Amino acid sequence: MKERRFAKESVDSKQRVMMLSLVVGIAFLLLVTRLWHLQILNAEDYHSMSEKNRLRFVPVAASRGTILDRAGKVLVSNRPSFSLAVIPQEVTDKDALLTLLSTLLGLDRTEMAERWNKGTNRAKYYPIVLASNISRDHVEIIEENRLRLPGIEIEMKPVREYSSKEHAAHLLGYIGEVSEKELDSEAFEGYNSGDYVGKNGIERALENELHGGDGGRQLEVDARGRILRTISESSPTVGNSVILTIDSAIQKQAERAFGDQAGAAVAMDVTTGEILAFVSNPGLEPALFSGKLPADIWQGYLDDIRHPLENKALSGQYPPGSTFKVITALAGLQDGTIDETTSINCDGSHTLGGSTFNCWNRKGHGKTNLHKSLRESCDVFYYQLGEKLGVNKIAAAAHAFKLGSPLGLELLNEKSGLIPTSEWKQKRFGKRWYHGETLPVSIGQGAVTMTPIQLASMTATIANEGTIYRPHLVKRIVDADGITLKETKNEIIGTASFPKESFRLVKLGMLAVVNEPGGTGAKARLYDVKVAGKTGSSQVVKMRNGKNNSKYQYRDHAIFVAFAPFEKPEIAVAVVVEHGEHGGSAAAPIAGRILRTYFDGKKPPRKETGGSAEEDEDDVDSEEISVPAVVKAPSVNGAAPHD
Amino acid sequence: MIDRRLLTSIDWVLAGLVLTICLLGVLNIYSATTPYKIVGMPYYLKQLYWMLVGIAISLAVCSRDYHILEDISYWFYGFLVLLLIAVLVIGRRSMGATRWLNLGFFNIQPSELMKIVIIVTFARFFNNFHAVGSLTVKDVLIPLSLLALPVALIMKQPDLGTATLISLIALSMIMYVGLRWYTIVTFVCVAIPMAWLGWAFVFRPYQKNRVLDFLNPERSRLGSGYHIIQSKIAVGSGGLTGKGFVKGTQSQLRFLPEQHTDFAFSVFAEEWGFIGCLLLIAIYFMLVLWGLNIANRCNDRFGGLLAIGVTAMLFWHTVINMGMVIGMFPVVGVPLPFFSYGGTSMITSMVGIGLLQNISMRRFMF
Repeated sequence: MKERRFAKESVDSKQRVMMLSLVVGIAFLLLVTRLWHLQILNAEDYHSMSEKNRLRFVPVAASRGTILDRAGKVLVSNRPSFSLAVIPQEVTDKDALLTLLSTLLGLDRTEMAERWNKGTNRAKYYPIVLASNISRDHVEIIEENRLRLPGIEIEMKPVREYSSKEHAAHLLGYIGEVSEKELDSEAFEGYNSGDYVGKNGIERALENELHGGDGGRQLEVDARGRILRTISESSPTVGNSVILTIDSAIQKQAERAFGDQAGAAVAMDVTTGEILAFVSNPGLEPALFSGKLPADIWQGYLDDIRHPLENKALSGQYPPGSTFKVITALAGLQDGTIDETTSINCDGSHTLGGSTFNCWNRKGHGKTNLHKSLRESCDVFYYQLGEKLGVNKIAAAAHAFKLGSPLGLELLNEKSGLIPTSEWKQKRFGKRWYHGETLPVSIGQGAVTMTPIQLASMTATIANEGTIYRPHLVKRIVDADGITLKETKNEIIGTASFPKESFRLVKLGMLAVVNEPGGTGAKARLYDVKVAGKTGSSQVVKMRNGKNNSKYQYRDHAIFVAFAPFEKPEIAVAVVVEHGEHGGSAAAPIAGRILRTYFDGKKPPRKETGGSAEEDEDDVDSEEISVPAVVKAPSVNGAAPHD
Repeated sequence: MIDRRLLTSIDWVLAGLVLTICLLGVLNIYSATTPYKIVGMPYYLKQLYWMLVGIAISLAVCSRDYHILEDISYWFYGFLVLLLIAVLVIGRRSMGATRWLNLGFFNIQPSELMKIVIIVTFARFFNNFHAVGSLTVKDVLIPLSLLALPVALIMKQPDLGTATLISLIALSMIMYVGLRWYTIVTFVCVAIPMAWLGWAFVFRPYQKNRVLDFLNPERSRLGSGYHIIQSKIAVGSGGLTGKGFVKGTQSQLRFLPEQHTDFAFSVFAEEWGFIGCLLLIAIYFMLVLWGLNIANRCNDRFGGLLAIGVTAMLFWHTVINMGMVIGMFPVVGVPLPFFSYGGTSMITSMVGIGLLQNISMRRFMF
């Protein structure tokens, strides 16, 4: 049946095949006509375009935008870097040229020859770099001797220049050649291999602003590759500049305060969410990463047990330790489980279902109320409170502070920390929550983790009694002419609603931590500004009774959070000293120094320095503004204040 | 599987034309890649291997009677659509588009295979289609839907070139079956607003740029218009007799973009001139005519439709690629069959040749 129908149609389809042949013929004829037009009629023109005048396209990389601190101090800028290149096809006597170059410039002849040989299998008329990063003097000598140096070119490209070696290194990040993987991703559409892009930190997060638009020149070169004229030119557009919320002076003092210790510090404006200091120690040298990083330095970074490659302020997740007690306390006040007068008896430990939970002070704190429990960081008080509250009420209070999720910093890979709930455990491990697990959580141990940013945000939220600002690092973005393109608005991302009275009680407790006898955070005290804070130490390995002389990696992290001034808070600080053991002794002094620098910066210029105090700020030697030696840590002398 | 009678009926004209183009292609790739810094096996050798693999595959394709395709065509279609969805979900990104699927041992580009599958699917559909006379609007709704699904998925990758090619192949087959005049008019009326909507909402910025650059190459001499200008200079400067093998300045100084793949013809035109181009175009012309001839000689409708589809595929690839190189079409990534470097294109085209051979060999059996 099919065949029969087909037979009827076959005449029809034979006609169609003829038609199609005709269409095909016309199409190919059009191609031939066009080729005739190009290759016969206009051959002369095109031939001269290709032969006599060669067009060459030279991309001109855009100058990257600069990065400045809040006061306009330049943190990262560009400087030109010159390299010496040769176009081998234009050189008649290679040996003579190399000899001349090495006598003129004093450069190593064998090294240049080696680079030359390595480069010869590249495309013709492409310059081979013989020496990179040559001095301006060299450039001048070459310019003067141009005629004797045919085929030699000077290439200029901008390179990143950092205000000081390791200053704010993790925050700023570094740049490097775009990787294959990045080229394939949506974020780098339109980039070419060889382009320099931000690899992490601000350089990466604001790549789109900083990069600028590459330009290029269409050059006409003669048969020998010499430039005759520029046919067209599109000048590169300089990248936009990023003005950070960072205060370079505070940042620098905080970095110095860490010394050799590993850790992170975040200082934040309580009333805006602007981050004033963002430290991860030890630092690294971003300048080294944009070129070929020497293997020994890389290995050094890898081998360092303090992990300098990590941005600890951004992605370090630490158990908050006793700093978390403020959350547990607020949960207890909210729930009505405790009030100002509730007091317990701490005998140095607490027993639940056969397990014993020790207070850091094995001798016990005796009769302890909320105020004392914060001041002396009594664990038993919070074990008992946590036992009554249960984990989910503590978690609810933490979630009110937006803990357990990233806060929306501009940087990529912000971590979320973890606030455990019974539901979380069910999902994660398929097991129900045991009541005994709540006790470590109530003192900020167990599964609880927070990032330094979250610690600072939590402290700021307590200081301003509930308002949560989005922590941010970018103040504004300006174009090359300094015209503001974008300005970051302070953004309230939530409110931790607890009664004013609850906040007052917790804040008074924190004030006592720093200022009352028996307080664990005396080392953050300032003589002129009332500081409130909370110490913490977060257990790295489970051995509450461990000795202090254990190995570095097993020692507790020291944590300290603070805000000031107590009456009208402006700044909140969080400091984590990895394996620093005690918040009061290791972290509190750093917080103190950050606060000191902040409040010194606000003071009107001192009379005796005659005005330019502001500029001197950076040069003030670290020793001069050490933490108040005037105020001796009282009552706890001798024994280190174990948190 | 192949009996003696079949072996003697091998279509040597078809084989000869294809082999000639392939070898010219290898020669041209040798020249085009001389200025490259090459790591590993040179491109022309790789192309030679791809050619051998392609021939093996095309032999495999013609070893079995093509009628078995009729039964499994819709399965193929369904499977390919699934693969296209898989590409979007788990595909490998490259150059800003997701086209590849990693099978562990090698990467495949399902959109390329779709070209063959759409031919088989349409052949099957129209073979079983019992309509009298030319097609009405209603008649083409089903085949157009069969076309729209994979085309939409390929546009999403985004791969404008392949999507266009598949559409052109399918439309050619529909035209072959025959349309009524008012069907054509209706579609023109629908297509124009659709094209406008597509321009406004579907095209990516780089695709729009390419079309605009084609319309006005001066628009961005430094951007994508650069390709067109350099290619035209290369072709034009070839003149009547060309600059000679491996003597093209445009290609040897690497002014040409992708000169061993999509712009391979540009290298050939520069080095062999108008005479060389005429010869190459003549071979392609003969190949296409021979394809139509096979369709014409074929005694069953399914085979005829298949042959038309494969021929349309070769024709459109050739015309669009050459047209792009000489500045008649916008720059879309369409390779010149058997001539441009690349394994995927070689294999797809060879599968097509296998089908043509298959149909040609078995024409006496019905």
